[in-house]
Amino acid sequence: MSDDGAPVTIDSTVTAPQSVADDETGWTASVRRRVEKTLPITELLPTKQPAYIGSWVYVFGVVTIAALFWLVISGVVLAFFGSAWWHVSSVGHFFNSTHFWSVQMFFIFMVLHLWGQFWGAGWRDGRAKTWMVGVVIFSISVGTAFTGYVIQQNFDSQWIAINAKDAINSTGFGGLFNALNFGQMYGLHVMLMPIGVTLLVVLHIIQVRAKGVVRPIDDPFQVTP
Amino acid sequence: MKASKVDKKTYYRGIRMIPYDLLKEVTIAMIGVLAVVLVLSAVLSSPDVPSVTLQSWSKANPVDFLTTASGELSGSTVVAGYGPPYNSGSGSAQSWGPLAPQQWAGVHIPINAPNDFVLQPLTQATAGDAELASALTSYQAASSDQQQKWLTNYTTALGTATVASDGTVTVPAGDFGPVSVLMDRMLTLARSGGLDALLLTSDHFYQTDFSRALLFLDDGGYIADLAAQQKLIGSDWGVMNETGRYPGSAWLWLYTMWYQIPPFNSSTGFLGISTANTDLAVVGVMLLLTVLLLLVPVIPGLRDIPRWIPIHRLIWRRHYAEMRHAAAQKGP
Repeated sequence: MSDDGAPVTIDSTVTAPQSVADDETGWTASVRRRVEKTLPITELLPTKQPAYIGSWVYVFGVVTIAALFWLVISGVVLAFFGSAWWHVSSVGHFFNSTHFWSVQMFFIFMVLHLWGQFWGAGWRDGRAKTWMVGVVIFSISVGTAFTGYVIQQNFDSQWIAINAKDAINSTGFGGLFNALNFGQMYGLHVMLMPIGVTLLVVLHIIQVRAKGVVRPIDDPFQVTP
Repeated sequence: MKASKVDKKTYYRGIRMIPYDLLKEVTIAMIGVLAVVLVLSAVLSSPDVPSVTLQSWSKANPVDFLTTASGELSGSTVVAGYGPPYNSGSGSAQSWGPLAPQQWAGVHIPINAPNDFVLQPLTQATAGDAELASALTSYQAASSDQQQKWLTNYTTALGTATVASDGTVTVPAGDFGPVSVLMDRMLTLARSGGLDALLLTSDHFYQTDFSRALLFLDDGGYIADLAAQQKLIGSDWGVMNETGRYPGSAWLWLYTMWYQIPPFNSSTGFLGISTANTDLAVVGVMLLLTVLLLLVPVIPGLRDIPRWIPIHRLIWRRHYAEMRHAAAQKGP
């Protein structure tokens, strides 16, 4: 019922919002237009793909993401209970083990993915930025793993920090990035670096989905201008 | 028209499309990886060798501890003369030609080895210990030459010191001045665990910076001996190793490799690169290689390697077989 008591009629011609019209203006319309053009839902969640993706090489990307997922989950548990927990609790030690092996899986799969994309020249046909974001992810992941090693609060942490300091100091960044400062390394490891890696992985996935999987090398590409 | 500018329908023209379930693939990957991780965790666990403390060091190897402490007091240790970011020394400052970023950056984590590692902790421990207070006063009142003479005599005598079963160190008699009292109290303080706490002390209640304690440990030989037993030193590719039989940072193999080969491990060097600036040189090489990896798509030659070495024939072998089959059916 409406406020004046009259029955409300539903206009059956009104439907869910459609694509933004070309003549619509404003920031929102502009962003929506860009998103709809770059990554329509059919590309974000595709139900068909080129037959040539039936190769083991294409598995390494998704399993890298899966390892990252479990890496983050186990890291969240470790962070929640505090940095000393896993040294004194068998449950904590098990979660540390899952974190440790997730890291190993993550790097193994990521390196295989990287090599797969290198030998397939995955940067072709406008995919250079996708490759570059991948390399940045790898680099930041190495830094994230390093900060993880030096915050373990055990012998490894001490020895790695002591040795790494010389390399970092030699670059002039020792005062800014002090491997011997547990507080700084902890903050970087549990907060800034994982967020950086995760956001870049999301961007990488969007790039892959937006552009699609690159065609095989020497597969004749015929486009009528 | 460039391939990067066409729509997907055009881009995939002639390519056979197959049904694909993205969410199913992701779910299977999640479950599969979790299963592997859980099995490895349950069967192999993970390494956790306890950390070394100044207390455990002073108990396990008191002579090494005293040698290091007296070295810190005389300013003759590596950290005492390290250079930036710790102090104005130059013992560990690295440069390559005119490039000296370590010196350019300057001192940001000030470390005064005699004061921070020995005199300040002992001063904080003088309460109720008149003999220590007196020894500190005598030491600080003496000339620098006199201090060095006492310390040299003491360090020399440590070479023939004996260690009793209770850990007491007996140093042959000599002209040590107040140094023998200072070192005796340093050992007592360390063995009680007090020095671990005192090296963390700052103006704040909460402590998270272990720089001073780790640098003091680094100056001794004890932690390096333990690392050597675990195959963690540089010549054993230590940077990428882990304690025990666990995989370490295998992804650092290339970084670690440079430390094993000339000119990086050579004292004479080549092109200005030697053991005197190994770290700077290795970091520089790795930065260069990372930039090259980043820019592979736009570097002619580098981006053509996958075409020259046809590993892609293995990756897409079924696709190429399909193409050949289709071409054969089509005929000439």
